[in-house]
Amino acid sequence: MAASSAALSLPKVFRPVLGLGRSGNPAKVWAAAASCRREKSTFVPPPAKYGGRHTVTLIPGDGIGPELLNHVRELFRFSCVPVDFEVVNVNSSVATEDDIHNAITAIRRNGVALKGNIETNHNMPPSHKSRNNLLRTSLDLFANMMHCQSLPGVQTRHKNIDIIIIRENTEGEYSSLEHESVSGVVESLKIITRYNSLRIADYAFRLAREKGRRRVTAVHKANIMKLADGLFLQCCKEVASGYPDIQFDSMIVDNTTMQLVSKPHQFDVMVMPNLYGNVVSNVCAGLVGGPGLVPGANYGTNYAVFETATRNTGKSIADKNIANPTAMLLASCLMLDHLRLHDYANMIRGAVLTTMNETRLHTADIGGQGTTSEVVQSVMKNIQSGGPLTTEQI
Amino acid sequence: DFTKSWIIILQTVTLIPGDGIGPEISTAVMKIFEAAKAPIQWEERNVTAIKGPGGKWMIPTEAKDSMDKSKIGLKGPLKTPIAAGHPSMNLLLRKTFDLYANVRPCVSIEGYKTPYTDVDLVTIRENTEGEYSGIEHVIVDGVVQSIKLITEEASQRIAEYAFEYARNNQRASVTAVHKANIMRMSDGLFLRKCREVAENFKDIKFTEMYLDTVCLNMVQDPTQFDVLVMPNLYGDILSDLCAGLIGGLGVTPSGNIGANGVAIFESVHGTAPDIAGKDLANPTALLLSAVMMLRHMGLHGQAKKIETACFDTIRDKKVLTKDLGGNSKCSEFTGEICRRVQDME
Repeated sequence: MAASSAALSLPKVFRPVLGLGRSGNPAKVWAAAASCRREKSTFVPPPAKYGGRHTVTLIPGDGIGPELLNHVRELFRFSCVPVDFEVVNVNSSVATEDDIHNAITAIRRNGVALKGNIETNHNMPPSHKSRNNLLRTSLDLFANMMHCQSLPGVQTRHKNIDIIIIRENTEGEYSSLEHESVSGVVESLKIITRYNSLRIADYAFRLAREKGRRRVTAVHKANIMKLADGLFLQCCKEVASGYPDIQFDSMIVDNTTMQLVSKPHQFDVMVMPNLYGNVVSNVCAGLVGGPGLVPGANYGTNYAVFETATRNTGKSIADKNIANPTAMLLASCLMLDHLRLHDYANMIRGAVLTTMNETRLHTADIGGQGTTSEVVQSVMKNIQSGGPLTTEQI
Repeated sequence: DFTKSWIIILQTVTLIPGDGIGPEISTAVMKIFEAAKAPIQWEERNVTAIKGPGGKWMIPTEAKDSMDKSKIGLKGPLKTPIAAGHPSMNLLLRKTFDLYANVRPCVSIEGYKTPYTDVDLVTIRENTEGEYSGIEHVIVDGVVQSIKLITEEASQRIAEYAFEYARNNQRASVTAVHKANIMRMSDGLFLRKCREVAENFKDIKFTEMYLDTVCLNMVQDPTQFDVLVMPNLYGDILSDLCAGLIGGLGVTPSGNIGANGVAIFESVHGTAPDIAGKDLANPTALLLSAVMMLRHMGLHGQAKKIETACFDTIRDKKVLTKDLGGNSKCSEFTGEICRRVQDME
């Protein structure tokens, strides 16, 4: 199976340039996109080098990123996970983009990355772009996936939430195209393309099918932005018609946020453009317990980057040993799943969830008094008590 | 005040009942105001879209003249027709009176339980430009651009209104909500203007927060927020989010402030055509908007009286409309509030 899918998945560079349809025929563009994409379930991870060990790019970022990623490395070493990290530091305060381009090159080389959030100083001039955004668009990480699940050990107002949020990650309001045509009048462009909308909708439906989910809800504001969000909605409807087993509906974004805080259980899988994704994912993260609990993943056709779902820098709690490592640890488990190291992923995930739900060792953000290192120690203890992974398991 | 008790000045308010349940909830509000002996004279007007000279859509002249004279309006829900050829009535009203600020105070209603308690915040949303400028183009087939417009003037105006509101209503802080890390120029301009205006209001604390951080913190601990000021789209989303925290659009008041001193207060729920005319509607949203209107006019005593009567009725839980969890009629609910208001005399 691996060989045939490897043949199908030719590097993108050999395929004709698709997309911005001068051809004008949506069916042609769609068909081309369909043949170009790799089935997520048959995706072949980058080959392990040097004796079965994977190399993953690690970008510490700012704030709590470095300390949390140190804990991840410590845990991986303790658990003998066959992953080596290539650390690339990105200095967010300098104006040159060399650092982030080095990081992008490293990710192209390794195929997978784990990162902390890189701070963006919004008082710098517009030429100084957001490094995180640059990374996402350069690597074409078009899908941001976030699985919000209530954890039994965490006190929240709403229980038993289980929502998957899929957010278009490269265009929309984050196109960074702004200009001041007349002094005092600024225009910011929001770009929606059929190609990307079809792509993200297809990703959402395929994921829903893979995970056995019943319903996909598209979140939009097409009553006001008739052309832009109208196009997005239309693309979702087109893709939905190809998945008759999955129910499709849509909801306007302001109503969505209102429903999320009162009746969150009505949602299953949600798909949306960039900015609404930002709002909805933060609302959902808040509903299940906060930014320290939810991992996020950014997938592209060739690369995958894992981080915390709400992408916080956490400057105010940096280096105080109070940050919640759960989100970053679960993100590293998502990364291990991506590398097909499922046994290690399940082992670490199980240990983290045991600490959270059974041992109930919580950090300050979820109402406890534990420190970051105490939580990590507890996770390691849980892993140790589980016994070594035998060769049959690995 | 001794001299004032001899002179009762009746203030005229333009009342736009609206569609669906609009007329019945407007009647309810008028009844309650009568019981409270509020010095308000109602001038009912209807708004429909008519084509004026030059082909531009506009509201009827009687409605416009009435509003220009009275400067204060109370409006029920207006239905948005699909494919009627004219823009929505709400948009028309906004353009006619340059209603630049949408103000929504969200206060937890004691007696109407939601998972969130002690919410007490105000969202002030810029209502004329931003992402809702309506400027969209198809660049090539399959690529659409939508333009978000931020101007210095509009940002200055909304920031000034927000700080003045904070000062007049004894609020301690104003938070500007933005996404300047991504939209550096547009939200950057908005933020700069807010900072400039903040310099003239040193008594009010000014903070800035990213939209995603606000959303994240709002659903975890809404008590940390006071007054929030933001551009159009974020305002739309956040004001509805906050309405959801206190119980939905059926209990949320809203006010629109325009240039030239015009202010229109409205209920933001829909027209509910399925229950229209059946005496089942809940007038709370329109009533609380009318209370907001009284405060805007300086009639704080009357406002407090009516608001207390309304909250007491809800807290008592004996006479509640269906959406609040009871099975009383709209007229019964209104009657109960009137009774309480009269008892307070």
